[in-house]
Amino acid sequence: MLKRFSITLLAIVACCLGSLAQDADDVPLGLDTVQYLENVVVYGRKPYAEVIPAQTLAGKKLEGLNSHSIADAIRYFSGVQVKDYGGVGGIKTIDIRSMGTNHLGVFYDGIQLGNAQNGQIDLGKFSLDNVEEISLYNGQKSEIFQPARDFGAAGSVYIKTRRPKFSGEKNDNFNITMRTGSFGLANPSVRWEHRISRTLIMSLSAEYTYATGQYHFRYRKKFSDGTIAWDTTAVRKNGDVQAFRAEGAIFGTLDEGKWNAKFYYYDSERGIPGAIVNNVWMNSQRQWDRNFFTQGGWQRRFGDNFETMVNAKYARDFMHYNNPDTTLMLVDNKFRQDEIYVSSANKYTIIPDWDVNLSVDYKWNYLNSTLTNFSYPQRHTTLAAFATARTWHRFKCQASLLYTMINDRYKTIYQGETLAHHSKWIHKFTPAVFMNYQPVQRYDFYLRAFYKRIFRMPTFNDLFYTDMGNANLRPEYANQFDLGFWYQRLREEGFFTGLKFTADAYYNTITDKIIAVPSGRGQYRWTMMNIGKVKIIGVDVTARATMHLARDFNVDVNLSYTYQKARDYSDPESTGYGGTYKGQIAYIPWHSGSVVGRATWRDLDVNYSFIYVGERYSTSCNERAYHQQPWYTHDLSASYTFSIGSTKLKVAAEVNNLFNQYYDVIINYPMPGRNYKLILKFDF
Amino acid sequence: MLFILALTLLVSCREDEEIYLKEVVPITQPEYTSVEGFYLLNEGMMQWNLASLDYYDYSTGALSRDIYLSANPTVVMELGDVGNDIGIYGSKMYMVINCSDKVEVVDKRTVKRIGQINIPNCRYIKFYQGYAYVSSYVGPVVLEGEGSDDDVYQLGAVFKVDTTTLQIVDKCVVGRQPDELDIVDGKIYVANSGGYSQGAKIGYENTVSVIDIETFKEIERIPIAINLLGCKCDKRGILWVSSRGDYHGTESMLYAYDTQKHRMVKTFDVRVANTWMDGDSLYVISNEWSELAEGFSSGTYKIINTKTLEVVSENFITDGTDARIKKPYGIAVNPITKDILLADAYSYVDFGFLYCFGPDGKYKWRIRAGNIPAHFVFLGENINEQ
Repeated sequence: MLKRFSITLLAIVACCLGSLAQDADDVPLGLDTVQYLENVVVYGRKPYAEVIPAQTLAGKKLEGLNSHSIADAIRYFSGVQVKDYGGVGGIKTIDIRSMGTNHLGVFYDGIQLGNAQNGQIDLGKFSLDNVEEISLYNGQKSEIFQPARDFGAAGSVYIKTRRPKFSGEKNDNFNITMRTGSFGLANPSVRWEHRISRTLIMSLSAEYTYATGQYHFRYRKKFSDGTIAWDTTAVRKNGDVQAFRAEGAIFGTLDEGKWNAKFYYYDSERGIPGAIVNNVWMNSQRQWDRNFFTQGGWQRRFGDNFETMVNAKYARDFMHYNNPDTTLMLVDNKFRQDEIYVSSANKYTIIPDWDVNLSVDYKWNYLNSTLTNFSYPQRHTTLAAFATARTWHRFKCQASLLYTMINDRYKTIYQGETLAHHSKWIHKFTPAVFMNYQPVQRYDFYLRAFYKRIFRMPTFNDLFYTDMGNANLRPEYANQFDLGFWYQRLREEGFFTGLKFTADAYYNTITDKIIAVPSGRGQYRWTMMNIGKVKIIGVDVTARATMHLARDFNVDVNLSYTYQKARDYSDPESTGYGGTYKGQIAYIPWHSGSVVGRATWRDLDVNYSFIYVGERYSTSCNERAYHQQPWYTHDLSASYTFSIGSTKLKVAAEVNNLFNQYYDVIINYPMPGRNYKLILKFDF
Repeated sequence: MLFILALTLLVSCREDEEIYLKEVVPITQPEYTSVEGFYLLNEGMMQWNLASLDYYDYSTGALSRDIYLSANPTVVMELGDVGNDIGIYGSKMYMVINCSDKVEVVDKRTVKRIGQINIPNCRYIKFYQGYAYVSSYVGPVVLEGEGSDDDVYQLGAVFKVDTTTLQIVDKCVVGRQPDELDIVDGKIYVANSGGYSQGAKIGYENTVSVIDIETFKEIERIPIAINLLGCKCDKRGILWVSSRGDYHGTESMLYAYDTQKHRMVKTFDVRVANTWMDGDSLYVISNEWSELAEGFSSGTYKIINTKTLEVVSENFITDGTDARIKKPYGIAVNPITKDILLADAYSYVDFGFLYCFGPDGKYKWRIRAGNIPAHFVFLGENINEQ
């Protein structure tokens, strides 16, 4: 008993030391972080800067999940729905609390990933290979010292790439990883980390992914008496993908601050497998993507009261879509986007428990395309955020006001002639308030609440897509009210070493929602209109328990559950049979949840995860014809780590969709059945 | 543990989806004429594989929804994706399923599946002397000049299908993206749209192709207007051709072309989405897009007398019900009672509505149909079923 106690104590001490040694924003914030100590799982007890902590997946917990992309990992958070078109190369976008993908901000190493063209970030394209931590915030990251852009989304995902750590005198770390498995997957990656000096470190990583993307799928229907009406199995074709990713970063430490710079390059070609419909089992459309960005940040403290941070980014994204199928319309479109971004954030501490911050950002976006009669839109965005954070004993409060000024410039071109130049301005103020209260000092029990109003701009596609866009669109608003609590109890010994429970109830409304409406004779012409309205009532619950079963044997269980009633209030006249009024909106299940269990015994690590998505409809017309069955997958993985000389070797095997359930996330886009993966990792 | 228990109580398990069997909805009083009923083909939104067939039986006054599915529950992946046209010839009924690249052939009374004719990107169908003629966007790909993207285009074709063997026996290349076709005096007239070249250098098509059925060769191209869609011939040999316009100021129009005198007889400045020919009356509906209408299109409902070539009714809906119609999409007129059937595609997401108006243009009833109701065919003795 005494021995176990001392190990735990040692671990806690080590973990505190470890966190002190790191930079402030390097420490995963919130109390959800598992420290990276082999064999011992403990919670860190650290002060946190945010009023409402994030849901976080990091370190070994993240590594243990059977996930290929960031989207796969995000599925385990509560309040999140992933739209997945299936396979290794399929588009995967996420939607938090039913507000729509466009309301979500995705931040990569502190700076938002932009897509002015369609406003959606395909998280299936972001590999987990070089990622250390993923955090999800509802509302916003409730910390005030951040760029103005961080105040500008209804929800945010922060992806943090691996920060090199060196043990002892070692100045170089190398990692070689090979993954292979179903779908003809070949996925090697390499990483080199180097300590240039005491204050300067760098890392370089590269990854290549190839997959044929072929898998079996099965569709069937039954009669009401249970007998099979029809049953068919086929092979998913044209789902192949090849992608190359290279990433480099340099991190510097200053006396009173730090700086970093990085680049990211991604180049891919993929087939677009398309919808499976009667008599059509294969499609031949293809897409090429090339994304490049470089970004940097500098942060310094001046005296005790003032801290400043500067961030900058340049991004270029290239997309090429081709339909070579001569039985359909031949399409060969190319799109190029540019983004320039600069930001300055400045925090001043008035008195020790009262901070104010002023951030100012400027962003420029441009879209070029080979589409005929294209508008060549440019968007100048200026953001200013004023935020303040105050702590009174056990009460914390943060308020922010974001000012957004947008100038869209575009042309009207017809048959090669520029007919007009346009310039449109938008000015908006949007507020947010976050609160946290601890009723009793002795217990880790906190009540929390937030309110936020924010909007998303119509994307360039919404506004200007040739013949489909509607330049008169207004912004789409999201209002959020959230009330919740969290509780945790930590013990240094006993069976349960930690328990944590969180629950939030929320009410969101989306007004002036931008939706596609038919605009011409036939189904082939649509336009965008600000006519949607959605009301969402939801509950997110998470629970976590860590158990110490025997010596060196620990178990960590995480549960999440989400209930959402997301109803369509767009058209009050569309009632009764076949109508959409008050129908549950497309692809939002009433019930969803996940279970993740992880057991560690010395160097053996076993993970089990379960995801459940309940019944839903493919449109807000909740009729049988649009009904989608629930789906749930069980994934299992095991890994073993050992050393050969100074080389650390990790072998991992994964089985996904263990019970071989055939399902669709998006109607007529079949998902893979049972599949396997084998991973070999060398660290030296 | 309690949590898991609660979770399992709340949620339900995955099951195989049940086949959606026929649902009979009584609507109105029975009516006994030689028109026994009509079929309504719901297009189903593209990629949703939701084409469906409804049948209205005049002898019961009831609508049977999803009648194809109940007659053929074991057909894999059901009726298909985007039903674009429907026609009856002899004892068989043909449904042109555009995005499923096939013409589905069923018994006209039992709706039992007889077979399918694979024609990629098929659009419209007409029948003549034992053969079905199907227009399709699929023909040879033409490369001109330097071969840059602008110089590549696809021609369309009319397929000739033997209605006894359901085999394709011939194919005649026509203009780009041909849509509706009609047959008169041993000739097929097909409206070429050129819709795929919208905005490209080559631009829209502006002709009707004429095919001599005897030789099954294209013999003529009649210039009419850009981006043609509809093509129906009246009993005097006047071809009623509609254009879609270019969505950039050139509006959709209606043209009357005399096939005997080989000349245009009249141009009508009316918007056209769909038409129905009944005797000397051409019913013309439109659903022009209007931003002011907040998602509602400003529909028009006109009747043209094909004999006098005059618009005889500016709005055949006489009681103001048109204000409720969101997206007029399909039209048919009962050949005996002259009741007007109107399909409202609504938002394309909801189920659409089927309206019935009396010959006086007064509202009789409406009912929800399937997803994007659009194409009608009447069933009965001694009536022209196609």
